[in-house]
Amino acid sequence: MIAQSPALLVVIPLVGAVLCLLLGLIRREICYPFVVVVLGSCAILSFDVMGTVLSDGAIRYRLGGWEPPWGIEYLIDHLNAFIAIIIASISFVVAIFSKKSVEQELHESKVIYFYTIYLLFVSGLLGITLTGDLFNIFVFMEIASLSGYALIAIGRDRAVLASFEYVIMGTIGASFYLLGVGHLYIVTGSLNIMDLYMLLPELYTSKVVLIAFAFFMVGIAIKIALFPLHVWLPDAYTYAPSTVSALVAATMTKVGAYVMMRIMFTLFEPYFSIEFLPMAAILGWVAAGAMIFGGIQAIAQTDFKRVLCYILIAEVGYIVLGISVANRAGFTGAVLHILNDAVMMACLFLIAGAIYYKTGMRHIYEFAHLHRRMPVTVTCLVIAALSVVGVPPTCGFFSKWYLVLGAIDAQQWFFAFLLLASSLMVAIVFFKMMQTIFFAPSPAGEESHDHGSASHSHEEHKHARDEAPASMMVPIFIMVAGILLLGIFSGEIVSTVIQFAVPKGF
Amino acid sequence: MDTIQFIIGKFNYWIYIVLMMIGFYAMIAKKNLVKKVVGMNIFQTAIILFFISTSSKIGATIPIIQNVHGDAAGQVINVAQYANPLPHVLMLTAIVVMVSTFGVALALLIMIYREYKTFEEDEIYETLEVLRLKK
Repeated sequence: MIAQSPALLVVIPLVGAVLCLLLGLIRREICYPFVVVVLGSCAILSFDVMGTVLSDGAIRYRLGGWEPPWGIEYLIDHLNAFIAIIIASISFVVAIFSKKSVEQELHESKVIYFYTIYLLFVSGLLGITLTGDLFNIFVFMEIASLSGYALIAIGRDRAVLASFEYVIMGTIGASFYLLGVGHLYIVTGSLNIMDLYMLLPELYTSKVVLIAFAFFMVGIAIKIALFPLHVWLPDAYTYAPSTVSALVAATMTKVGAYVMMRIMFTLFEPYFSIEFLPMAAILGWVAAGAMIFGGIQAIAQTDFKRVLCYILIAEVGYIVLGISVANRAGFTGAVLHILNDAVMMACLFLIAGAIYYKTGMRHIYEFAHLHRRMPVTVTCLVIAALSVVGVPPTCGFFSKWYLVLGAIDAQQWFFAFLLLASSLMVAIVFFKMMQTIFFAPSPAGEESHDHGSASHSHEEHKHARDEAPASMMVPIFIMVAGILLLGIFSGEIVSTVIQFAVPKGF
Repeated sequence: MDTIQFIIGKFNYWIYIVLMMIGFYAMIAKKNLVKKVVGMNIFQTAIILFFISTSSKIGATIPIIQNVHGDAAGQVINVAQYANPLPHVLMLTAIVVMVSTFGVALALLIMIYREYKTFEEDEIYETLEVLRLKK
């Protein structure tokens, strides 16, 4: 283990962003391999950090050597080392994918800036994950969000408008979070999460602390697009470039969910968040709304990426439900679902990107007979879809299993039922899609003229195998392998990592 | 009397709340996109004022070590006598964040204007509707 690896994990992509810009100005082609190398080293480092946490327990890294309550501290335990691995690995795999799709969707001159912002975004996310300082979380959140706005705005159609809406909503969220930090600072004079954990219990009845908690919750709910505050998400992620959708959808909401866990269970005691305030009940109902609303909206959409966006909203609902039931099984399910959902969403958005790259098709009704043209891609799509629905042995099954167990343990039968109902809706979405792909009737016109050899060869040509290039297929394969392996080894993941991440008192 | 004292004694918080609500209202209700961005700016400024006002103290001094060049060793100023510098430092960072958000929002506005030739939300959605029907 390198002694400085917690700081390096944030600094490498940050410095890499500056270098990427400079190198890109000299030679544009250098950007892509450079970004892949930088993110690859981040991924390796994140596993290194996790190894240290597993062998020596939580790391408390002092930035610049300043003592914790005054200086900024990086507090790394099982939970955020786990999240850091997810972010670093997913951004690495998506970066491999980006080459061809960026070349097609972006103007040549913008590629340098795209990769620069890409690295900044990852740096911000890793910063949120690793830091143990409330104000530092705000700063990194804004680094990630600002680069997110820019990445989304380079998309097509209404991307700029969607990005603008996201700026307005995201700024409200971040400002609420900042207000929460301010209120806690007034009463305690500290910003360090561990220090606040010691100071706060005496002040739980103080109205200022209650207000701070409320601001935190609303602010983060906007950032993770929790159900009534989700309006910015579908437009923003649909019109963004394929690479960006995959990256942002897989990581941004997950990091927000992580911050929510931190605030509810590490900053405040679980007793405060669950029993003292009826937060668990509120979150439970909001999550239930998200699951049902996301499911219904997903059925109603035709644009593939928009379908995925609404499924993402439902998935955020699952994670928040796991948090709200507040027991061991539920929390395990929520953390496991952060991982699984990140992999599944990245996989599906990458597949959407590959299909768009090859055929230019965005709507599901255009996908008829896609399996003849892109059989491998469609196979991957089927596996990922089964995982989102929750069919064993894919990973989606196991996290949903834990979530349902958690809901049953908490005697929340209704939420357990809604969880299953929502899975059923997702199943409808994907079965509809499969029906279009495999069983759609050929257009009547072609059927009747299909006897002539000329039209036959034309038909052959239309259905000739035409897969996306290797730089796109390899990341998709990695994700699909991830879906299967994470499913098979989910028991090991829970017993080696997640069970130590569950807060005390559960 | 108590109520009046309550209002006057905490006037800084009242001002911040009023400013914040003005900004919030503009962000939600205004149809003009530029006004939304300006509202966003007011909103964030209100939060900065809130932080700064929490550390203000009448007759306070700065947190330094006093009399270092004097007779005996220097003495640290009593905590009660200096204004807490930390909120100011935090807000320096928050101002940077605010300015960059403002910059990104303005850049987006330029792109929107190039595409739709207007800043009015209604007109933009009308254009979009027309485009949709054309398809």
